[in-house]
Amino acid sequence: MAGQDFRTCPTTGLKVHLPAENLIKANAVAAVLLLLIGGIAAAGVALTRWPAIHLLPADWFYRILTLHGLAMLIAWIIFFEIAALYMGASVLLNSRLAAPKVGWLAFLLMVVGVLLIAVMVLWGQADVMFTSYPPLKANPLYYLGVILFAVGALIGCLLFFATLYKARKEGTYPHGSFPLVTFGLACAAMIAISTLIHGAAIYIPAFLWSLGFMGMDPAAYRLVWWALGHSSQQINVAAMISVWYLMGTLTVGMKPINQKLCRTAFVLYVLFINVASEHHLLVDPAISNAHKIWNTGYVMHLAVLASMIHALAVPAGIEVALRKKGYTSGLFEWLKKAPWSNPGFSATALSIFIFGFMGGITGVTFGSEQVNITAHNTWRITGHFHSTVVGGTTLAFMGATYYILPLIFRREVLGMGWAKLQPWFYGIGMILMAGGMMLAGAYGIPRRHWDIVNFGGSPFAFTWDPTVYMWLSVFGIGALLAVVGGAIYILVTVGTVFFGRKLE
Amino acid sequence: MSISVPDKVWWKPIDKEEKIWLFLAIIWMAISFLWMPIYHFIGKQNPSNESYRVTREQWDTLTDDFIKKYQVKDASGNLVTMNDIPVVHPPAGSDVYLEGRAWKWWPVLELEKGKTYRVHLSAVDFQHGLSIYPLNINYMALPGYDYIITMTPTTSGEFPILCNEFCGIGHHTMVGKLIVK
Ligand code: HEM
Ligand SMILES: [Cu+2]
Ligand SMILES: [Cu+2]
Repeated sequence: MAGQDFRTCPTTGLKVHLPAENLIKANAVAAVLLLLIGGIAAAGVALTRWPAIHLLPADWFYRILTLHGLAMLIAWIIFFEIAALYMGASVLLNSRLAAPKVGWLAFLLMVVGVLLIAVMVLWGQADVMFTSYPPLKANPLYYLGVILFAVGALIGCLLFFATLYKARKEGTYPHGSFPLVTFGLACAAMIAISTLIHGAAIYIPAFLWSLGFMGMDPAAYRLVWWALGHSSQQINVAAMISVWYLMGTLTVGMKPINQKLCRTAFVLYVLFINVASEHHLLVDPAISNAHKIWNTGYVMHLAVLASMIHALAVPAGIEVALRKKGYTSGLFEWLKKAPWSNPGFSATALSIFIFGFMGGITGVTFGSEQVNITAHNTWRITGHFHSTVVGGTTLAFMGATYYILPLIFRREVLGMGWAKLQPWFYGIGMILMAGGMMLAGAYGIPRRHWDIVNFGGSPFAFTWDPTVYMWLSVFGIGALLAVVGGAIYILVTVGTVFFGRKLE
Repeated sequence: MSISVPDKVWWKPIDKEEKIWLFLAIIWMAISFLWMPIYHFIGKQNPSNESYRVTREQWDTLTDDFIKKYQVKDASGNLVTMNDIPVVHPPAGSDVYLEGRAWKWWPVLELEKGKTYRVHLSAVDFQHGLSIYPLNINYMALPGYDYIITMTPTTSGEFPILCNEFCGIGHHTMVGKLIVK
């Protein structure tokens, strides 16, 4: 079966299906372009919310904030995940991609969807934030754009499963079980399919509502929208942890400490993490407290247990691998001698730290019934998810890029000196930025707000506890560092793809 | 390796270290899981459990009547407003209405310290986020829903109310006031 469609990777010995490789490249390039757009928007939003600068006028602030949320959370992350899925199913299993043409159809739908979304937002036809809570209404084409993008992503997930099936049937890998990374990605893809079904359940009605064909209940919208919005974050968690395992192996040769434990933890995500979506609705009317407690308390802790397992398994696996290299003196020689100047490693380590200590802990606490009364819709929440999906997922994906460039794009990373610094800029910037946000949020600084100093001239304007301004400065300095880190990442990746030395 | 196929039989016993961690994690999760319902009963502040559907007409009637009845009058009998928003002083312990609209909290409520009120919270145009500063109490105001928050002010003073859910271009101007006497 192996025809001229395949090449053998000189580093890993894996057989790479060239049509799959092209799709991986296309999705990865789209991801980075959208990270660039989202990053420019991030700079605009951050410099506006930092009262010392207050850059944009109000209408453009809200518009650019809407764009930032969509370009980052939806487009950058999901394009990258689709690339990772194709890699996990095709490359890691030496298999052809089941149907490359279908992969291109998925890609096309996602690109058209993103373009439609971006045009609508920038044209001022969708000043609704990425949550688009009704009765705020956007142009119907905006909802259509989201639907097209989601259908594309759904097709990508199905293609992933079709490829797993094909690989198994054709026996392209030794026997029954998938590698752990592929297994984790399969869990992410399962969560993705369930997420996308919820997405259809809310965006199709929203589209019809925007056309005037039906009514829309605000509370029902929030309930179904967050079934999508919450579980989509769990795709990111499962994909990120798969990337941690991938990077542990690529950077230090880590082996999973116990396959049974790691895989069970992934299964716990699939089974339980989709619940807990009501932690976004803890201070909403229309849902009873009993239901809120059940939903956010009961099974979520089994998903948190899964995270606790990975929190042991990933660092322990890395430690064991480094000790095997001979770094055995004392408790921490392995940590000191770890390859900190390898950006793939430092990005992964920072991602684990930021996600675990800042993102995970704040998520569980802000999602509890009473704490949420003070945390809801403040910058505590924005700080929390910049620790999870930015300091965690985005940084992990950035680290993986330094291996995708040589292994898939077959280019030597250009500007390695800068690349070595990049995770530190981005990671430390995000620690300061998210920390500043959460601390300012603890004083009540609201999210999605253009003017916390003069309130646009409102006669009821008031002044904050002055400590707030200190945390806002920490936020602003962190945001600048992170923007620099993001810019280095984009310069290095784009530079490498176009001008990096060709490998073999 | 995480990227290669595992041994044929990978369902292997877990080592002692991992077992200890797993055990501790399960205990911690159990405590954390139980703590939320327990705190619901021993804690002093929970999200309100009472809400109703309300039509726009019903809500308008309720709030109009409420404001007509209890709007504060000054010495010469003129109705008192603050920045064109009526100031309302309802009797202690009564039903009180607070409406989010683009971009005002309507009306300005004047409550008495130590008295308990049933605050009815709703919105008429967009979703708004009630956020009372500096205690930072947050509840969602949704069109079509009457969300009832039982509130006993314990400190006197004037408290700003922010809107912290995006509600259109004037969102950041949406500041209101709550007065406790
Ligand atoms: C240099 C990097 C980044 C900076 C400086 C940055 C900064 C910000 C700021 C200042 C806000 C606005 C908060 C507000 O007004 O409430 C924001 C919102 C947000 N950011 Fe980022 N961000 C960055 C990267 C990212 C990434 C990589 C993602 C996703 C993967 C992301 C997802 C979001 C989301 C979902 C929102 C919420 C938008 C909303 O409230 O509608 N950000 N970001
Ligand atoms: Cu969530
Ligand atoms: Cu509002």
